[in-house]
Amino acid sequence: MWTDPAILEWIFILVKIIVIFGLVLSIVPYTVLAERRICAWIQDRVGPNRVGFQGLLQPIADALKLMLKEDMLSNHVHKVVFTLAPALVFMPSLMVLAVIPWGSAIGPMTCVLSDMNAGMLFALAVASFSVYGIALAGWASNSKYPFLGGMRSAAQMISYEVCLGLSLVPLFMQTGSLNLSAIVEYQTQHGWLMLYHPVACFIFITSLFAECNRTPFDLPEAEQELVSGYNIEYSSLKFGLFFLGEYANMLVASALVTTLFLGGWSLPFAPFNAPATVIWVGLAHVGIFVAKVCAMLFLFIWVRWTVPRFRYDQLMALGWKVFFPLALVNIVVVAVIMACRANL
Amino acid sequence: MIVERPKLTIWDRLYMPQILKGMWITLKHIPMKRFTRQYPEETPPLPKRYRGVPTLVRDPEQRVKCVACQLCEFVCPPRAITVIPGFRAETGPDAKVEKEPSDFIIDMARCIYCGLCEEACPEEAIFLKKDYAMASYTREQMKLHKEKLLELGGIHEDRICKWKKK
Amino acid sequence: MSESLVKLTINGQLIEAPIGLNLIEAAKLIGVEIPHFCYHPDLCIAGNCRMCVVEVATLRTGPTGTPILEWNPKLTIACNTTVVEGMEVLTHTPRIIEARRGVMEFLLINHPLDCPICDQAGECRLQELAMDYGRAESRFVEEKERKPKRTLLGPKIMLDDERCILCSRCIRFMRDVAGQDCLGFMGRGSRSTLTCYPGREPSTNYDLNIVDLCPVGALTSVDFRFKQRVWFLKQTRSLCPHCSTGCNIVIGSRENTVCRLTPRDNEAVNQRWMCDEGRLNYRFINDPTRLVEPLSRMNENVQSLSWDEATRQIAERLTALRDGGEGRIAFIGSAGATTEELFLFRQLAGVLGVTLMDVVPHTGSADARLLQSDRNPNTAGALVTGVAAIPPGSRLLEIAQGIQDGRIRALVVLNEDIIPAGIGADLLGKLELLISVSRLPSAVTEAAHYLLPGATFAEKSGTFINRAGRIQRMNPAVASPGNARPEWRILAGLLAELGQPQEESLESIYRAMAQVLAPVWGVTWDAIGSQGVQLHVD
Ligand code: SF4
Ligand code: SF4
Ligand code: SF4
Ligand code: SF4
Ligand code: FES
Repeated sequence: MWTDPAILEWIFILVKIIVIFGLVLSIVPYTVLAERRICAWIQDRVGPNRVGFQGLLQPIADALKLMLKEDMLSNHVHKVVFTLAPALVFMPSLMVLAVIPWGSAIGPMTCVLSDMNAGMLFALAVASFSVYGIALAGWASNSKYPFLGGMRSAAQMISYEVCLGLSLVPLFMQTGSLNLSAIVEYQTQHGWLMLYHPVACFIFITSLFAECNRTPFDLPEAEQELVSGYNIEYSSLKFGLFFLGEYANMLVASALVTTLFLGGWSLPFAPFNAPATVIWVGLAHVGIFVAKVCAMLFLFIWVRWTVPRFRYDQLMALGWKVFFPLALVNIVVVAVIMACRANL
Repeated sequence: MIVERPKLTIWDRLYMPQILKGMWITLKHIPMKRFTRQYPEETPPLPKRYRGVPTLVRDPEQRVKCVACQLCEFVCPPRAITVIPGFRAETGPDAKVEKEPSDFIIDMARCIYCGLCEEACPEEAIFLKKDYAMASYTREQMKLHKEKLLELGGIHEDRICKWKKK
Repeated sequence: MSESLVKLTINGQLIEAPIGLNLIEAAKLIGVEIPHFCYHPDLCIAGNCRMCVVEVATLRTGPTGTPILEWNPKLTIACNTTVVEGMEVLTHTPRIIEARRGVMEFLLINHPLDCPICDQAGECRLQELAMDYGRAESRFVEEKERKPKRTLLGPKIMLDDERCILCSRCIRFMRDVAGQDCLGFMGRGSRSTLTCYPGREPSTNYDLNIVDLCPVGALTSVDFRFKQRVWFLKQTRSLCPHCSTGCNIVIGSRENTVCRLTPRDNEAVNQRWMCDEGRLNYRFINDPTRLVEPLSRMNENVQSLSWDEATRQIAERLTALRDGGEGRIAFIGSAGATTEELFLFRQLAGVLGVTLMDVVPHTGSADARLLQSDRNPNTAGALVTGVAAIPPGSRLLEIAQGIQDGRIRALVVLNEDIIPAGIGADLLGKLELLISVSRLPSAVTEAAHYLLPGATFAEKSGTFINRAGRIQRMNPAVASPGNARPEWRILAGLLAELGQPQEESLESIYRAMAQVLAPVWGVTWDAIGSQGVQLHVD
């Protein structure tokens, strides 16, 4: 009965869901800790190092603190939307993770929850949902700073969404697929796409910074101008969900970059450059994927503590006047090169 | 003076070189020496004239030096001090001092550690010590009473001992 | 009057002063202060401190018959020099200052370093003048003279002989003003010591004035001793409510606690003195048993009320009684209340159709100086407002009778314990409605159906008209405890409830009163000021 493929399939799905949840719920809090420690190091400080060995239990303490805070619901907010918004920010990131291959195969189990053919489109579509959460939070709070934060966020995300999508077109042209597993597999054979498309890679990563509201594009929650932007009115677990959502978004962004440009779970040498046939290689693939994601997360953090925030007009100019044309030109150039190579 | 806006070259306007340079700088800082002092274990070296908690002292003959003149209460800018004047025991060894505080309250939640009380005291009875960790859980606990203040203050090696000669 | 004025020059300024005035007072006229210790305007001149030295020149007929100005070779004491036509006086030349510094140095030789424990510190002439004429460092290396400290002079006064500067003000006061010659100096030179004559000690009702008189902290009040430093005391001008003299006083209070009463100048009433009885009569202000909340008592069911509620209920019940028939309500006012309060009380009586009202007289022994046998501070006020019967207290019997007969059903009592006045607890029990405004609990408040907490003299402003018909003002020094409020506000509230809205402030109530009450016609609030105004009443 255990070997019945249909049942096995269900068990695998369950396992994969658990793995994804586990990854998110363990990596995200530690990203927060990493953020705080790395920022401290950059500033010649120590950072949180008191709770547990080297502060390793700090995320638990933080979570406990957030849970014990009073959950405030001001009188003037739109209660339903206000309560819904944090979940709307958090959910899309989990959904995107469903289509990302976080390994090749462990035994008979493929390491992707939903091997969708239009996986990339799904990812882009779902990821852009999170702007709803922020814009709605800003609107439902019914006070000015959150509102400004929400507005900024919506404008910024829509602008960069365009570049994000356009920057990926050359990839699809080259790989001929929208299936993320296929793209990774293509990279195992032909090398990382980052090497083929440095411009696209640059635009993609930068736009992701903007999508995740990370410095230098953290205008929706600019502390100095908006105090804290869209999440001012939130406290306790709702605020925690926003916080978690932000870092989960970062995680998803890192996973996408890894999958699309950094070869996903693969390394460019055997036995890591082909889908695993034995279990330990399969596990190693997962490890490789996680390692790459972590490297990307480090990049996120590193940039945040180096670069100051853009001005709002600079942000818009960069998006529309630089990245947008650049992405278009990039498509044309890649198309021309591909056409030439096909004809030669 | 008018400062001309500097002309940016294409190179400057790309931002990227500067950003990369910045990232190199921040990266270099990661392994550098840290300046954090691990507070409860490592305490800061205090300057010689550091002003910490105000305390009441006794003279070498165990006399409470304060005579409840209330000048410190008067001078204290945030009104942290409350002196409840009282009488010395009619028969005890300090009977000739006549007056003493029956209670002496310094509200450490108010004190700004200015040291004016020490300066104003005509009896050299109140001194700012070096202790600074005076936190408490309640406001009531922040009010240090006479006993506590005397305990913190200890003996002051006073050369004059005014009341001995009286 | 011009023949009694003389012209003289003080520090180059020409002034006119009445004959017989001494130079200290003459200099005061132009705002020049001549430092002094032993001189006091109400005591005879002793001239023993030598602090008041000045340079004086007088006119003398010269050899040719023309008057020439001749400067005295020696410095002259200002306190014992009276003004003379053509005199010239210099008060602050280097020579004078040198002399005063010398006096100060001698005074301080044996003076103890007691300021931190000395109650006088802050209002001590020696401290003040040491700032002007003292040396920063002592040249005296010998041992200081030791003298008795902490000696009780009678039950009220503590003497510290080391601090005494031998000005003899206290001796002169006790001998000449209080009429009890009991103090004197013993010993010579720096061993001179103030002491009592054998077997005598100050025991008059005016002893504590020497504490005020003493320029230093040699004499301090046992009552005020070590209670509070004087620089913390808020000074409020007020009146002593202890007898019908109406001595002008200053209330010294800190943080809503009255710490002492001291007299203030009023040549027409109390000069600079007050009696000890009045001075020590302030403890009830800080009494912890003070009533703080309006209460209603119905069949042993005691309930605290808000002012609005209490006022409403009382007005309702009084109106019902008024409408039920004539003469059912009687009022007993207080000659200890302010004139404004009595005025409102009278008005309330009018609204309720009350004709039977009186005040309770309080009497005690009088003396030849300030204390009067009429211990009510405002009997005159009660008479002019018509609250008191003539003579005051003469209708109390009638009220008692009325209650006995059952004719009087309701009684409103303003701040009086009427049981000693002949309306006993059995009579109070007969009443249908007993309303008592009071500050402290008493047998009356125990029986009252409505109890309204009032304010003491230290908590309100208002006027008293004293025995001589002088209207004087007092000011609030402290806040009333809890919800207690001045009686004028209680009465104004009741009147408003009965359809006669009153002015909001005491001052405007006074103004309204001054328009209808003949004796105070034309006397404005400001004119009363701090010294009062003499009214023409008989
Ligand atoms: S140190 Fe300053 S603030 Fe503190 S008690 Fe003394 S006078 Fe007051
Ligand atoms: S501490 Fe000094 S200044 Fe303060 S009351 Fe005591 S004697 Fe006076
Ligand atoms: S009498 Fe005056 S100078 Fe002398 S100890 Fe008292 S306050 Fe100080
Ligand atoms: S006790 Fe005071 S008033 Fe009397 S002589 Fe001495 S200083 Fe003067
Ligand atoms: S005041 Fe003139 S001698 Fe004392």
